[in-house]
Amino acid sequence: MASTAEEPNRRDFIVIAGSAFAAVGGAISLWPFIAQMNPDSSAQALASIEVDLAPVKEGQAITALWRGKPVFIRHRTKEEIARAMADDTATLVDNSARNMALPESDPAIDRNRVKSGHEQFLILIGICTHLGCIPKGQAIGDSKGDYGGWFCPCHGSHYDTSGRIRKGPAPRNLEVPPYDFAGDTKIKIG
Amino acid sequence: MSAHESNYTPTTRAGKWFDERLPVMRLMQGQFIDFPTPRNLNYAWTFGGILTFFLVAQILTGIVLAMHYQPSGAEAFNSVDHIRRDVNFGWLLQPMHAVGASMFFVAVYIHTFRGLYYGSYKAPREVLWILGVFILLAMMATAFMGYALPWGQMSFWGVTVITNLFSALDSIWSGLGTAITEWLWGGYAVSGVTLTRFFSLHYLLPFVIFGLVMLHVWALHVTGQNNPTGLDIKSKSDSVPMYPYAVAKDAVGLFAFLLVFAWFIFFMPDYLGHADNYTPANPLVTPPHIVPEWYFLPFYAILRAIPSKLGGVVAMFAAVLILLFVPWLDTSRVRSAKYRPLYKIAFWLFVFTCVALGWLGSKPAEQPYVFWAQFFTFMYFAFFLLALPILGLIETPRPLPRSITESVLGKSGGGTTIPAGAAAAPEKR
Repeated sequence: MASTAEEPNRRDFIVIAGSAFAAVGGAISLWPFIAQMNPDSSAQALASIEVDLAPVKEGQAITALWRGKPVFIRHRTKEEIARAMADDTATLVDNSARNMALPESDPAIDRNRVKSGHEQFLILIGICTHLGCIPKGQAIGDSKGDYGGWFCPCHGSHYDTSGRIRKGPAPRNLEVPPYDFAGDTKIKIG
Repeated sequence: MSAHESNYTPTTRAGKWFDERLPVMRLMQGQFIDFPTPRNLNYAWTFGGILTFFLVAQILTGIVLAMHYQPSGAEAFNSVDHIRRDVNFGWLLQPMHAVGASMFFVAVYIHTFRGLYYGSYKAPREVLWILGVFILLAMMATAFMGYALPWGQMSFWGVTVITNLFSALDSIWSGLGTAITEWLWGGYAVSGVTLTRFFSLHYLLPFVIFGLVMLHVWALHVTGQNNPTGLDIKSKSDSVPMYPYAVAKDAVGLFAFLLVFAWFIFFMPDYLGHADNYTPANPLVTPPHIVPEWYFLPFYAILRAIPSKLGGVVAMFAAVLILLFVPWLDTSRVRSAKYRPLYKIAFWLFVFTCVALGWLGSKPAEQPYVFWAQFFTFMYFAFFLLALPILGLIETPRPLPRSITESVLGKSGGGTTIPAGAAAAPEKR
């Protein structure tokens, strides 16, 4: 059964084909063991919640829980809205609207952060874009930071009255979740 | 047999440096590549490899399931449902573990019967055999506690019945059995507390098994493998290196076995379970017909065959523990049943007895099943206590071949005239 070094024989073919078969089979078998750790169907199922905004008076804020994350809902005062719009022209750290309903390229002006006609309601995912803490500013007596919005006590990020990052280590504006108004004072998040 | 040198020679400086400090590569090459295996091993010898595969597979799928399972009385049942419906590939991983347990027992029973048939328990392999019995016991405990975890009706009542076996001790020392069962339960009845501790132990025991398996393999590599002739390896031509010969054969056996495994997983994942276990555990209602998983049925039949609570429990445990004494119960000096005409008959009767007990264990405890369970319980113990000691004394064994090589190649090829390499060529057989 001598064979020359250049010419692969039938055994070489079987060894290579068999090894390849085992390697591919092994890799495929591995996948379910890795994929099982991804969010499962019950987590993926797009849970949506409805929130009644009627009890939230001007200047007040509530926090809802959506997909396990806190959602900040603030009924802004006229001054806060005016301050947010005035800051549209300020130098912003993050120029993207960060609104899941809008393209990422849209500018971070206050108009892009709220629903038209409901400018008084600012709805944000309440998770600091630095390392995931929940910023202060929802409760009465909380520090709202240098810009009157929110202040993250973990590493000192300041957000303005439109939820935009203005100072501190956080890289991005607070995210606006997908939501719609179902009537004047009711929203559906998700 | 074990006195062979590893052919490991490190080719790199780093390999040499490492080998001088921890010769693990040398050990692996010596024990799992160069290791001399009898050249006449048949497919019954592939079950050791199959069992190793299943131990690792059960541990891996079990670790995965534990990531999603909730070991509490309130959540356990639903979390298994959640695994099968919601978790990515849970439909695959949960049956892999549940069917895998059954396949593990199929393999371990074949492995044990093979040992009984070819006399693999005889000197010098007694310790190897006893370690195997310990592994079997640990597997049984693990499987029993694992079956409790889905917390369906069969889980709950299985746990109730089996833990109540210990209450039989009350008839020896009043209160002892009750104290033990309450200690096991963590309460006055089986409850979620029991489930949680079973989960903990179910996670622990496989690693105990793993340790026992390492000792089992160590003992195997000290004595070397038995083989269909039962003869020792006497010359170089009696053996072939483990790699590629035994490894390739093991792979063929493993893949064939995995085909059956896959068929169950993909086409009938629940076939080996019981429909009642898809009803959540209810401590107020016992299902009309309680049966354990199939692999415990023979022992369950023995338990029910004895018309006394303590007697049944003792007989059931004795049915497993008697295996420990097999090396000394068998008086024959010939290992393999191939050369023992009477023992061969006794062996197949014993296999039939075990299957019959399994079938009877699945039947209700009423006549005529109870009579036959008693008959086959007698047969079961008669194999160990009568056939093994007596046959060795009265039987005339058939003539043994002079060597393993001779059994393969016939008289002309016996001895060391044929080089080991050439003997492996199939056209020479």
